[in-house]
Amino acid sequence: MDDFYRDFILDHYRNPRNFGHLTEPDAVAEDRNPLCGDEMRVELEVDEAGKVSDIRFSGKGCAISQASASMLIESAKGKSLESILALNEESVLENVGIDISPTRMKCAMLGLGVLKSAALAGIAKASPE
Amino acid sequence: MSGTASAVVDGERNVRADFPILGARTSRGKPLIYLDSAATSQKPLVVIDALDRYYREYNANIHRGVYEIAARATDAFEEARAKVARFLNAGEAAELIWTRNATEAINLVAWSWGGANLHPGDVILVSELEHHSNLVPWQLLAERTGAELRFIPVDDLGELQLDRLDTLLERCKIVAVAHVSNTLGTILPVAEIVARAHAVGAIVLIDGAQAAPHLPVDVRALDADFYVLSAHKMLGPTGIGVLYGKRALLEAMPPFLAGGDMIRSVSYERSSFNELPWKFEAGTSNIADAIAFGSAIDYLAAYGMEHLRTHERTLLAYAFERLAALEKRGLTIYGPHDPDRSSGVISMNFADIHAHDLASILDTEGICIRAGHHCTMPLMGRLDLAATARASFYLYNDRSDVDALVAGLEKAAAIFRLS
Ligand SMILES: Cc1ncc(COP(=O)(O)O)c(C=O)c1O
Repeated sequence: MDDFYRDFILDHYRNPRNFGHLTEPDAVAEDRNPLCGDEMRVELEVDEAGKVSDIRFSGKGCAISQASASMLIESAKGKSLESILALNEESVLENVGIDISPTRMKCAMLGLGVLKSAALAGIAKASPE
Repeated sequence: MSGTASAVVDGERNVRADFPILGARTSRGKPLIYLDSAATSQKPLVVIDALDRYYREYNANIHRGVYEIAARATDAFEEARAKVARFLNAGEAAELIWTRNATEAINLVAWSWGGANLHPGDVILVSELEHHSNLVPWQLLAERTGAELRFIPVDDLGELQLDRLDTLLERCKIVAVAHVSNTLGTILPVAEIVARAHAVGAIVLIDGAQAAPHLPVDVRALDADFYVLSAHKMLGPTGIGVLYGKRALLEAMPPFLAGGDMIRSVSYERSSFNELPWKFEAGTSNIADAIAFGSAIDYLAAYGMEHLRTHERTLLAYAFERLAALEKRGLTIYGPHDPDRSSGVISMNFADIHAHDLASILDTEGICIRAGHHCTMPLMGRLDLAATARASFYLYNDRSDVDALVAGLEKAAAIFRLS
């Protein structure tokens, strides 16, 4: 955990990428971690091919949740909604590139859950029954 | 750990040696610096031994066996109750009901007393800083009975605002209020609240979960109608707590849980109930933990609650003094910030370091603190905070722990590159 708080993590924490809101998002999801009060919202813009053409996230939380989310969200741009659904814990850890202790895993995974919910919402919207 | 040296500095015998866990090291080889006693306290050897002795030497069910070890278990169980009664200066041991914890004690009152006494339009009054345990049972009771739930406001320092109390008390039947805030450490003016509530005929439950471990408590001097506590926060085991209630109130209340032990006689159609306190103790009790809690009470009584309060006040004053240097670097301390008005809790945030990150960094140094909302989500909302980092002290903490905390915070500042 000592090693977690590297400069690039702190940079993502203090200067999160794609932070804010879209004017007309196609899909939105939010969640909170009741344990620590972390909150996160993800907004997606989806093109005709079903790919993420723009993305924003917002919320508040610890360095682990914010930096993990910032890196994950950054990597989601250009991906298809289906491939976002295929992301898992390993993808996040790979992205972050640093060990996370079991007690903080929930923090690191907050962004993943919200991003996937947003992708699901996007898929549902694209193919109404 | 420098426990021995600090104990000499403090002019006290080495209390730390009584707590086996305080000699432990973390997986990183750091000495354990335990600053989370508000969540649960550590246990002295005498308490661990009492558990061990019961199971090894006289484990038996109580109140029914005629054989020797059953009698011994019954005696030890009831003697523990008597010790708690003396510790709180209750009128008689029969006014103390064993529960699992403070939460269950509050629920017992909400269900039993509340169900029998509250009607639509009646008022339940709690404060804005209550632990969820002293809030949610009252919310549910209000829903069940149609009573109205009202709140005594707190100011930004976590002090209760009593100027509107008399208005809030209109139509009030019961007030439920903490004696000490678990989030901010504030010592609350419960005696005044009791007096003013009684003046309009309301009764008062005091949540002593954070007070009984740290302050001398006299339930009769406070004139509390109910007083609840959890053993695990005051050197005792988990799974045992206490409801103190005035005899007249407890006698008039219907049973809470029903079953064995709480009955006098049972026919197929109906039952008559046992006398106090057993009327409220259905089923086999937590015998071992009650007995071991008795040993914890012995330990606290021998140490002396006045002495404990002085020790913690001195330690808090030292902590505030040491932390002052960090306040210039962005450390914010919540709550009264005054050792005379606060009991062993320091709630803080450090610049833009999230409380969870702070706790993780301190953890790498073997320092145990708590981060989060401390089961007081409405209060955190009221103070506009998402989370705080909380360090809490007890009789086994000394200046070396404060020094370690300050060093840990400095490390966090360096990692986060605070200027
Ligand atoms: C003020 C207060 N009330 C009630 C409780 C509930 O205690 P328990 O969980 O042991 O029932 C706590 C525990 O944190 C507390 O701090």
